[in-house]
Amino acid sequence: MTVALSGKDIAGQLEEKFPGSIEETGQECVVVKSDSLLAVAEYLKNTGSLAFDYFNYVTAVDYYSYFEVVYQLASIKHNHSFVIKTRCYDRENPTVPSVIGLWQGANFQEREIYDLMGIKFEGHPNLKRLFLWEGFQGHPLRKDYLQ
Amino acid sequence: MTTTEMMTLKTEPFMLNFGPVHPSTHGVYRMRATLDGEVILDIEPVVGYLHRGIEKLTEERTYSGIIPLTDRLDYISPMSNNLGYCLAVEKLAGIKVPERAEYLRVIIAELQRLANHCIAVGSFLNDTGAYYTPFMYAFREREKIIDLFDMVCGQRLTYSYMRIGGVSQDIPDEFLPALNKLVEQLSRWVDEYDFLLMQNEILLARTKGVGILPRETAINCGISGPVARGSGVNWDLRKADPYSVYDRFEFDIPQGENGDCYDRYRVRVEEMRQSLRIIKQAMNDVPAGPVRADVPHLIRPPKGEAYAHVEAPKGELGYYLVSDNSIAPYRCHIRPTSLINLTALREMVKGWKVADLIAIFGSIDITMGEVDR
Amino acid sequence: MATPDLLIRTLPMQAVPPDWPGGYWWHWLFFTVVLIAFVLTMVMAVIYVERRGLGRMQSRLGPNRTGPFGLLQPVADAVKVLLKENIVPDKADKLVHWLAPVIAFAPVLMIFAVVPFQNGALLADLNIGILYVVAISSVATVGVFMAGWGSSNKYSLLGAMRNVAAVVSYEMPLVLAVVGVVLVAGSLSMNQIVLAQDLPFILFQPLGFLIFFAAGCAEINRSPFDLMEADQELVAGFHTEYSGMKFAMFYLVEYAEAIAIAAIITTLFLGGWRGPLLPPWLWFIVKIFVVFFIMVWTRSTFPRVRIDQLMAFAWKFLFPLALINLFITAIQVLIWPDALPWILIIVNFAIMGILILLWSKLFKLGWGRLEV
Repeated sequence: MTVALSGKDIAGQLEEKFPGSIEETGQECVVVKSDSLLAVAEYLKNTGSLAFDYFNYVTAVDYYSYFEVVYQLASIKHNHSFVIKTRCYDRENPTVPSVIGLWQGANFQEREIYDLMGIKFEGHPNLKRLFLWEGFQGHPLRKDYLQ
Repeated sequence: MTTTEMMTLKTEPFMLNFGPVHPSTHGVYRMRATLDGEVILDIEPVVGYLHRGIEKLTEERTYSGIIPLTDRLDYISPMSNNLGYCLAVEKLAGIKVPERAEYLRVIIAELQRLANHCIAVGSFLNDTGAYYTPFMYAFREREKIIDLFDMVCGQRLTYSYMRIGGVSQDIPDEFLPALNKLVEQLSRWVDEYDFLLMQNEILLARTKGVGILPRETAINCGISGPVARGSGVNWDLRKADPYSVYDRFEFDIPQGENGDCYDRYRVRVEEMRQSLRIIKQAMNDVPAGPVRADVPHLIRPPKGEAYAHVEAPKGELGYYLVSDNSIAPYRCHIRPTSLINLTALREMVKGWKVADLIAIFGSIDITMGEVDR
Repeated sequence: MATPDLLIRTLPMQAVPPDWPGGYWWHWLFFTVVLIAFVLTMVMAVIYVERRGLGRMQSRLGPNRTGPFGLLQPVADAVKVLLKENIVPDKADKLVHWLAPVIAFAPVLMIFAVVPFQNGALLADLNIGILYVVAISSVATVGVFMAGWGSSNKYSLLGAMRNVAAVVSYEMPLVLAVVGVVLVAGSLSMNQIVLAQDLPFILFQPLGFLIFFAAGCAEINRSPFDLMEADQELVAGFHTEYSGMKFAMFYLVEYAEAIAIAAIITTLFLGGWRGPLLPPWLWFIVKIFVVFFIMVWTRSTFPRVRIDQLMAFAWKFLFPLALINLFITAIQVLIWPDALPWILIIVNFAIMGILILLWSKLFKLGWGRLEV
């Protein structure tokens, strides 16, 4: 059984390592600030006791006042999973660092989010629209997108 | 001019579009390949020709109204898609599924795996150039499984059989005897065809050592399913994170060693045998009882979010649902197995020939419905 | 073998040209018409055999709606394809595109000029018959390459290049296998080769037969060497951009070539028109169908080889074996010209088995990846 690690434990570790990076702590997730996302992700991936080597998915949710980007991580070695989230409050030009340097699996998914939600991933080598064509107006998965 | 200089011809790379309309791109997929003669220098996948905006559509439908949409994701294995979605909703709303339904779900899902692998193996062999013979035979066997699905839900392609809280209807009386007979036939069939194919020298030459996906790359790219297991990643959600009643059955997780096309083929064939093993165990102790929990038509799950994943035939298929306590999900994200499995394609085909590109692509086994959604 | 000779002499078709009224001209006219009719009818027949045979082997029905048992399917196909619009790509080299099917078709028809339907019944009994066949059969490649180049389509070009590479490579083992037969028969004339076969040469030249069959399949792009029109990779290869009548010509060439190779194999290895009971021309046609059926069988059984494996197979496997076969045949012809045939047959089959087993052990295919 994949164990979902408790948000509190991880948040404690992260707070110790990167003070001020945690925005909120949930049951099985933490919300980190987007500028410390890369450092946190690298810590989660490379720490021996955590070893989140497997990247399940990344997605984004539009909550009107902010976008939430959700990363689900798993460790094949320890068979546990964890969710980190980050938020961007800028609606005009939302930006999140890309994790493609850590997990290549994020490649197409970040492009998909850029395509459908309009979140830019800084550091993505090939950030183009994935499904829709170049020149498409707007980002359909945003809640304020109308036809 | 020295001999070596004369021997090295100056060549120029050129672009060639494989697809979107091409016999072996399994739908409307396009690979923009840079070739040097027959050698592949680089490819760039271009997707989106089948994009129907299913994730956006889900936001305007009721929870149970989404089930038919999931059929249209991976249309080769709709039952697994239904199952993953229903698990996610049940997790979100905290619904307990009756025992009998759980067993039926396992049996149907494993049959679906068999049907999918029939197509996967058949079309992979077709992509290596076997002129439709293995494909037709594999399709013939799939047809028998489809007949059983027809028996339980009256549909042959888009089943919508799994419902929130169980399955849509109980199996008819003749289902289990027919299943018993089919399982006997299929085990013989798998052995026979596997024997015939693996004696073929040309097939071995075309698949062994071709398109190697190293274990580290597979994990890093988030590859799942038979492709990852072919590379030696011991990761099968039925064992790693058992859902439904999979923890009650005995089965093995086949793994490859080299991560080449041959290993991926082998893993699929072994998985068919393991699926038959699971079905045999499950059909012997299907308990009696209701097949569906008492679930209202319009479910309003409490505010929150849930992620449920199943080991679909192609790999990890997950649904991330966010609920705002209304009758429609606030957000439903589908983890697309096929799209993520394509991530490593570029690494796998670099330096191989055009013919290998098609074979490697076939060995990944994708469905465009799931890639584009 | 007195009886067959007698039988042949009494048959009316033993036409020695000057005896005809009007001299050579009637002979040529008659055989040209007969050959064209023969090739066209045979193409329809083999297309039917191929489609139904493949269907049977693939556990499906195959075409069965047109006429009894679908016998009229080739006719329906022909009518359909002739009525279709002829589309030429905008950027194509129009002249080359137009000429290609003609250039591909003519040599295939020309091959049949030297193939004997029974003793002496052939258009031209050239004393270098088999050499002529070898020379002419390669010309069709020019047509294919013109098609590939003239279409200005990259799939077509790739297919055409594959075809040229395959023909250049497989011509070697093909010719070397033929030389073995020529040594045993002592003549280059196709008619003489058939007359020399009191026992079919497949028994004396089993290795040569296999080499010829494999190389012949590669030359005419039958499976498993059908790389030039590999539909899974190159859509339709060199004739991707062809439609209508011109496509029909290529389709015709494909099957006419298959019949030509089957006819040559029949003539060289299976005793040509010779056989008991049935009339000679019927024996000839029956043998062509048998050889063609084996081609259909391999098509439905084998996956396709890759281009580097195709080359390796020609140069590392077939070529050395053909050389060894030629060497052994030459020794046998020189040293034991009058040896008992049955002893030679046993010896040759043993040699074939040993050589193939040995060479398969030595023959290793690379994995074919280049660092890029």
